[in-house]
Amino acid sequence: MSNSRGRFGQHGGQYMPETLMNAVIELEEAYNHYKDDPEFNRELTELFNEYAGRPSRLYYAEKLTKELGGAKIYLKREDLNHTGSHKINNVLGQALLAKKMGKTRLIAETGAGQHGVATATAAALLDMECVVFMGEEDTKRQALNVYRMKLLGSEVIPVKTGTATLKDAVSEAMREWTNRIDDTHYCLGSVMGPHPFPTIVRDFQAVISREIKQQMLEKEGRLPDVVMACVGGGSNAMGTFYNFIEDKDVRLIGCEAAGRGVDTFETAATIATGRLGIFHGMKSYFCQDKYGQIAPVYSISAGLDYPGIGPEHAWLHDIGRAEYVPVTDDEAVNAFEFLSRVEGIIPAIESSHAVAHAMKIAPTMDKDKIIVITVSGRGDKDCAAIARYRGEEIYE
Amino acid sequence: MSRIKEAFKDGKAFIPFITCGDPDLETTKKIVKEMVAKGANLIELGIPFSDPTAEGPVIQGANLRALSGGVTTDDVFNMVKELREEISVPFVFMTYANVVFSYGTEEFLKKASEVGMDGLILPDVPFEEKEDFAPMCRKYSMELVSLIAPTSNDRIKMIAKEAEGFLYCVSSLGVTGTRSEISTDLEGMISLVREVNNDIPCAIGFGISGPEQAAKMAKISDGVIVGSAIVKKVAEYGKDAAPVVGEFVDSIVKAIR
Repeated sequence: MSNSRGRFGQHGGQYMPETLMNAVIELEEAYNHYKDDPEFNRELTELFNEYAGRPSRLYYAEKLTKELGGAKIYLKREDLNHTGSHKINNVLGQALLAKKMGKTRLIAETGAGQHGVATATAAALLDMECVVFMGEEDTKRQALNVYRMKLLGSEVIPVKTGTATLKDAVSEAMREWTNRIDDTHYCLGSVMGPHPFPTIVRDFQAVISREIKQQMLEKEGRLPDVVMACVGGGSNAMGTFYNFIEDKDVRLIGCEAAGRGVDTFETAATIATGRLGIFHGMKSYFCQDKYGQIAPVYSISAGLDYPGIGPEHAWLHDIGRAEYVPVTDDEAVNAFEFLSRVEGIIPAIESSHAVAHAMKIAPTMDKDKIIVITVSGRGDKDCAAIARYRGEEIYE
Repeated sequence: MSRIKEAFKDGKAFIPFITCGDPDLETTKKIVKEMVAKGANLIELGIPFSDPTAEGPVIQGANLRALSGGVTTDDVFNMVKELREEISVPFVFMTYANVVFSYGTEEFLKKASEVGMDGLILPDVPFEEKEDFAPMCRKYSMELVSLIAPTSNDRIKMIAKEAEGFLYCVSSLGVTGTRSEISTDLEGMISLVREVNNDIPCAIGFGISGPEQAAKMAKISDGVIVGSAIVKKVAEYGKDAAPVVGEFVDSIVKAIR
């Protein structure tokens, strides 16, 4: 008989060192208590609205629609949130929860730096100590975000182990949590890791699809035909999908980072190239070799440069409810430039993966069809890297 | 009585750990033989994993060196098979869930049993998830060793009741690595174990740096596990590490008995 909790089909679970088991159980109990607590929800809604700037706009991208010549395209503007991405939704929820649990210190991993910046921001606001683990490679790719975190009062620890990217930052944050549990909450940034994180993060990000649904009904009087988002661990995609899962006519599309292509080793497309495994606290799909060694994945996008995917996505894939498609660096960079020129909106390189796939499918769809793309973050942080990709050296 | 439990029957057991293939499997074989010659009662053989989340920098480094050398799980099975021609002390594998799961849990345990392994420790598989592995462990007579930690509190009895082989008592918070001091109430933890299970040997590991600390830990338990302090010597001496490790094992064995 299995005692396992937090399953999405065969995925999920709590594959954690014994040292952390009571911590994740305590977190689950606290979350179950506060998630329906009116006072907690009032405080969180106030933070969302007054501090983070929610609800975020659902913007009809008329010029983009015309350029592509097919389905009508709306952009869910998570890039307009305070701190510049959807990450703030989850962080405000978890930081408030941690505070209620009596924790005084937040630790977090970060890839592109968006989650790190959001966590540092919440820590500043709620008077908490904050330490962010970031792969050394990423501290170079996203130097501006490192400075922002420090400016906000956080310590940033460059992680030198392994590939020195997001997966190593997660491992190091987990190690630090086993070291100091009493006063510390691990503010995990995506719908991954051991239960209850995939559920907690999804619930805090579900505000995205709750708003899309309401805004779409106001603007169009109906549900969209497609909602899509980029997927690394998968938090903005899960937030975008969640309230549409039961609406079977709405296609859910997750766009994975294919890096230099799914037929190369330089890819991070987990659904396309991974297989079932157990890592970072969960059973899900992972890029790995035949002996289960986790693959050193690659994507131009530091935020999608992760060898796994959240367990609920793995399950949505298994049951055929959501589709996952690979998008290469090149396609994402083209989309980054295209959206900037056409709409005057510079999307994060992560979000550009979703824009790129929309550019493929929108022209094939009828004009009365509607696509919603979640623009998970803004692209200012990526400008230097994209310039380098195009062979232009600029200094931040 | 299982071979693992027999390791504890003549007083305090010494359980050294080594990462297989660091820096190569020939050296690992020499080190294991040396450990046995110097009186080790049970040996923990680490199968390297790319992302060992429960390890500190020392054992992380060993995993990396082994994998860079191209060591695979199959190579480790072959090494065990060769060692079994001359060595009969019990061996347990210490590795991560994905190494076993990805190989095919049944296939892994079948091979492990065939080459002469006695048990398995998976630090990222807690009580709640052990059913992924326990049925196949039973089928192939491999004991699945459980861990208890300083934070386990109310979980200790639940874990101890179903414990097999020996119970791995984690001495301190954090990851593996030597510590100058161990302040956990380990006697308290072990007395909770004894309330529900009188047969299971309790061995203390994580942070034990040398003979003096080992002696202290042995006094309150049935055995001690030393990993990082040994792996450090392998990192320093490389292919010539066997005699140095042997000397160190000898000093600990003498200290705890």
